[in-house]
Amino acid sequence: MFTILQIVLFIVLCVTAGFLAYKGYLRVYKNIMLGKSEDLSGDSSERLKNMLLIAFGQKKMFKNITPAVLHLLIYVGFVITQIELIEVFIDGLTGSHRIVFHAVKDIPALRFLYVFTISSIEVMSVFVFIATVAFLCRRWILKVPRLNKPELKGFPVMDATIILVSEIYLLACIFSMNTADMALHNGEYGFFVSNLLMPAFAGFGETALHVFERTGWWGHMLGVLALLVYLPYSKHLHILLAFPNTYFGRLQPKGYISNMPEITKEIKLMMDPSAVPPPVDANAAPVKFGAKDVFDLTWKNLLDAYTCTECGRCTAACPANQTGKLLSPRKIMMDTRDRMEEVGRIKAANNGVWIDDGKSLIENNYITVEELRACTTCNACVEECPIMISPLEIIVELRRNLVMEESNAPAEWNGMFTAMENNGAPWQFSQQDRLNWKNG
Amino acid sequence: MQVKTYAEYASTGETPEVLFWVGCAGSFDQRAQKVTRSFVKILNHLNIRFAVLGTEESCTGDPAKRAGNEFVFQMLALQNIEVMNTYGVKRIVTTCPHCFNILKNEYPSLGGNYEVIHHSTFLQKLIDEGRIKITDTATFKGKKITYHDSCYLGRANEIYEAPRKVLEELDAELVEMKSCRTKGLCCGAGGAQMFKEDEKGTKRINIARTEEALETNAQIVAAACPFCNTMITDGVKSKEKQQDVKVFDIAELLAAGQGLETISL
Ligand code: SF4
Ligand code: SF4
Repeated sequence: MFTILQIVLFIVLCVTAGFLAYKGYLRVYKNIMLGKSEDLSGDSSERLKNMLLIAFGQKKMFKNITPAVLHLLIYVGFVITQIELIEVFIDGLTGSHRIVFHAVKDIPALRFLYVFTISSIEVMSVFVFIATVAFLCRRWILKVPRLNKPELKGFPVMDATIILVSEIYLLACIFSMNTADMALHNGEYGFFVSNLLMPAFAGFGETALHVFERTGWWGHMLGVLALLVYLPYSKHLHILLAFPNTYFGRLQPKGYISNMPEITKEIKLMMDPSAVPPPVDANAAPVKFGAKDVFDLTWKNLLDAYTCTECGRCTAACPANQTGKLLSPRKIMMDTRDRMEEVGRIKAANNGVWIDDGKSLIENNYITVEELRACTTCNACVEECPIMISPLEIIVELRRNLVMEESNAPAEWNGMFTAMENNGAPWQFSQQDRLNWKNG
Repeated sequence: MQVKTYAEYASTGETPEVLFWVGCAGSFDQRAQKVTRSFVKILNHLNIRFAVLGTEESCTGDPAKRAGNEFVFQMLALQNIEVMNTYGVKRIVTTCPHCFNILKNEYPSLGGNYEVIHHSTFLQKLIDEGRIKITDTATFKGKKITYHDSCYLGRANEIYEAPRKVLEELDAELVEMKSCRTKGLCCGAGGAQMFKEDEKGTKRINIARTEEALETNAQIVAAACPFCNTMITDGVKSKEKQQDVKVFDIAELLAAGQGLETISL
């Protein structure tokens, strides 16, 4: 009876978590699809290579060795722990206990493999524990500058801490479960780390050990389900989105900024007086230059925003930020994501219909004109991002809107534009003097 | 100084080996004009048949594009492409990383397809071919040079080694700044910042970069970009170090090494 109850509870929890998670991920998907379409198909072998090297292989993380090693430990630990989760899941569904162990325990080779796998998970978990504590120290005690910038105030800091603390919670559950289980079975399983921890449980009776084992088991299971549901609201979503984001990452040299074909058409018409302008489609939406809101960015820009893990490597490398300007490329990504979420909420509240809230991604507590103007387009942020995010692409799109739609440019820039149009140079020199240098 | 335009070549039915794209800074900025002349001295010294567009050259449109004004950029770009395609230009060399980047990466989809080479790569190739002979070793003996990576050469187009190879030819010690190559700190000029005041902050970017350069105790800061050159020269001046530290383009230094130019340190 008790077993049946446990199975039912397990299934109810899994289904509920699955449903909530589904809604969360669907929300993310829908929000990304708010963006303009952009064809990024093709070049699949190069893209696959990027994904394997940069997301799976963490190549770009290794520009900075200490966080790279700590991060790698947590990453490998996380992936390998999923193996034990398979058994936990089957046990939960069938009401069995260590079903895999019992299936293989009489076959020496497989039994060894089982014990070896769980022991490896345990050893990795110890490393994960150390790395997690180190990360908490970097954030809270060493106060690494890039982890203590103004844009992280409020939820982002809490989010980061929640993730790290729940990591420790999951580890505690694993060890409580394994060690109590070992103690109950006189160390029969022979797991490496819990074997060492067993003496700590020596004073407890059988009931207490059962409670420890079950608490660990349920705690682990619930923790995993909770994380699954929490992920689409967290910067930790990068553990999934890093893969598509690196796959669809830019393949051109970083210096490349896309040309706008709609402008090419207009200028060709201007330059060729004999050309006949195409008939105007009265129903077509007016062409808008650059981006004022998330709708005007591409889905890839929006995927970038959801993938951003708020690590701040970009901001630490940004020359404008280093010299005290307001611009922070990480904030560009966070603001884009927050605005996207806001738009998504408004649409969801109105049965999927967008009702203009009179706001946009520029100003309105999001990205300010002052920030946008400070960028030197130096690509340091793009170079630094470990998962191929480009804050610069968004900055350029927003600048295009400011300059071409709003005529919002500093006076010096307006002078420069005029000089370029009239003299073919950003300064007030006559084009006829372009060869004067040779007389110097 | 012997300089022929494409038009002059075309009138005699000849084709030059390469178009030297001078750029706005190289044409008008007094400091950058010197770099242009140094580079031409090297080209002439090696009898390289190059042409310039002269008065037919316009700004590539880089500062407008990066400021967000795609209209002005494309107007200039399409104009330049028309001129170059009429002359049948195939190869371009330029001393400006911004011109280099935009000609190489952004002109093709507008119909301008050329082989575009930055002068650092161009000079490095000449060195590799054994065509550059360093005759003046006295000037650089015992001196330290630090190279400042231009963003549009380095991160934008992954050219890190060519300018360093050029400098290695000189009999000086090459020292690196705290942030170099992929981590090179911007001079503060890119993205049309050159043409406006900084936003408010605690420091100007060129000062931050100049401080890194000064920390190396090098007597020479080598640049490969006219805008970086200006920015760091200004930085050195505001640190009142212009007596001890000089900013030069790699072309000027290489010309001096060949005895084509005298530079005062
Ligand atoms: S490209 Fe702009 S935002 Fe990115 S690091 Fe450079 S100045 Fe900062
Ligand atoms: S954009 Fe990249 S480097 Fe910047 S905070 Fe996000 S993940 Fe980190």
